[in-house]
Amino acid sequence: MLAYIVRRLGQGVVTVLGVLLFLFLLFFQFAQPIDVAKRALGDKARTEVIEEWLSQHGYDKPKYWNGDAPGIARATDTMLYVHFASMLSFDFGKSDADDVPIIKRIREGAGPSLSFTVPLFLLGLPIGIVLSLFVAYFRETYIDRAGVVIAVFFMSISTLVMIIGGQYVIGKLLRWFPISGFDPSPDVIVRFLALPIMIGLISNLGSNLRFYRTVFIEEIHRDYVRTARAKGAGDIRVMTRHVLRNALIPILTGVVLAIPFLFLGSLLFESFFGIPGLGQVTVNAINANDFATLRAMVYIGALLLIFAQILVDISYTWADPRVRLE
Amino acid sequence: MEEYAWINLLVVALLALGAWGVWSVRRNRFWRERLAEVGQRRRVSSWVLALFLAVALADSVSWIDQRDEVGLAEPRSLIDRVFPEDFRERTYSGPLAAVEFYGDEPLRYPERHLFGTDILGRDVLLMTMKGTKVALLIGGLTSAIAIPLALLLGVSAGYFGRRVDDVVVFLITTLASMPSILLLTALIVALGRGPVQVCIALAITGWVGLCRVVRGETLKLRELDYVRAARALGVSEFGIILRHIVPNLLHLVVITFVLMFSGLVLSEAILSWLGIGIDGSWGQMIDQARDELSRDPVIWWNLGAASLALFVLVLCVNLVGDAIRDVLDPRTAREGP
Repeated sequence: MLAYIVRRLGQGVVTVLGVLLFLFLLFFQFAQPIDVAKRALGDKARTEVIEEWLSQHGYDKPKYWNGDAPGIARATDTMLYVHFASMLSFDFGKSDADDVPIIKRIREGAGPSLSFTVPLFLLGLPIGIVLSLFVAYFRETYIDRAGVVIAVFFMSISTLVMIIGGQYVIGKLLRWFPISGFDPSPDVIVRFLALPIMIGLISNLGSNLRFYRTVFIEEIHRDYVRTARAKGAGDIRVMTRHVLRNALIPILTGVVLAIPFLFLGSLLFESFFGIPGLGQVTVNAINANDFATLRAMVYIGALLLIFAQILVDISYTWADPRVRLE
Repeated sequence: MEEYAWINLLVVALLALGAWGVWSVRRNRFWRERLAEVGQRRRVSSWVLALFLAVALADSVSWIDQRDEVGLAEPRSLIDRVFPEDFRERTYSGPLAAVEFYGDEPLRYPERHLFGTDILGRDVLLMTMKGTKVALLIGGLTSAIAIPLALLLGVSAGYFGRRVDDVVVFLITTLASMPSILLLTALIVALGRGPVQVCIALAITGWVGLCRVVRGETLKLRELDYVRAARALGVSEFGIILRHIVPNLLHLVVITFVLMFSGLVLSEAILSWLGIGIDGSWGQMIDQARDELSRDPVIWWNLGAASLALFVLVLCVNLVGDAIRDVLDPRTAREGP
């Protein structure tokens, strides 16, 4: 077991290095830092000004090999080395757009993001599971067919349209909740988050329902379900004690893999509803061509996701006795 | 050649590629029967999809009649030519209205704009129809990049194993470990904005899933008796892959393609909203219309037309895709709606 964990962690480290290499190629090879400088300073900026900006942001070193530097610095005084070293030590530096330290942005954004995504996730999971258990129980009847049709229907509506429509109907016509805004104080936060969470629940419902239904139906056809019925277990007991418990393994995977996205927030919802979270940070970085912040966000997202995948693999061996380690 | 001509050529080429694929597959009895079954199960959706294809094709046949004094001219496609030339107003007008929406100025084409006009006076129906081409370009071009890439790498990883497999698996895990929306935005921001760049970015994020499936299936197929028999008979590696492996992967490719298509069109809407989408897409129309619901009285037709078109296309693709999966995948066949 320990050997497996160590090997899995080793694979994770290799993947992190792969992500860093990919980001380097993308942001230093395909897109040049000089383009960022030109976009930040304007096309007509003088060469000296651009060079000063580049050296301020640490973009003035040779890319792979510094022939002029003495000794070991030939390899370390390069963009490639600095990129890897700074990312691995979480020293993301300053934003390319407005010189604010990126780590400060990320620290400030995580709270608002979590305050939106965590309740959405905690409400959405049981709703999805209960509804799809219900639909799966009535499989191959009109209830099931209606469930599938509704799921496909909801999956076909763009989230954009869902948000705009929801803001219009609930926020503007019915005036139940403010259309957008955010306030971290505990007594008003619920009022601001209620609308985005409601719309988020509806927009996730379709794909959740379909996913869980498939998982449950796969389990329902197994032999142990027939055995349970044969020994006289009731419908509800079969569904909850036998089907649900065995289906928990794929569901658990989905849950663990969803955790990174809770931290990263939602690009769409956060900017539509004015939640100052990490999704908003990313959107601002896109609009401002802020390569440094985008790089940091992709890196953090990848780190969280790789960690979650390792967690899934390890928890599999613990939760599912059928999984053996070779 | 000018840019519009390239894009038109691309769309026509993609449609021709799709038509050729369907036609060549129809010569095989198995596929002909399956296609007929899908058509029977989803008759309405199939016809609606055919209609979308026809609109996109008609919109790709365009030429310039004459240039004005400064040498500028907009190419007009067959779709444009259905409507009168310069079919626009000064500003908003409601569906089939006779006067402008604000004030009572008479329109140049009273009661002719079925879905009204937008803020610049452009006919919303015409814009929506022209968005079809963009939607097909997104789905088609992305798939045309992603599917061959996934097949090539997936099959070689699964078939040859060892070092090749290590490299491909490393590539897949690296790409899959970055959250896709972040990877997508990073790619587009770094590669630059434009229709081809957006499709390349979507393809880079989209090929991973198919590649994984193809690799797994190839691993399974490689060990089957008929592949061993072919090897024993002295068929070359290339011949085995082409004749015995790839044809048995095609159902996976078709299923993934159709299910991916709707996701791509929906992703583009989100990208448009982030300001990194493709010009003229439905996503861009929705993005431009989002402040219009806060006007009083409300302007809804602009948003409504684009959302409806997006919804109908995605719904039909999803329905047909589900039918294709049920027909082609024996494991899910009994559970289909």
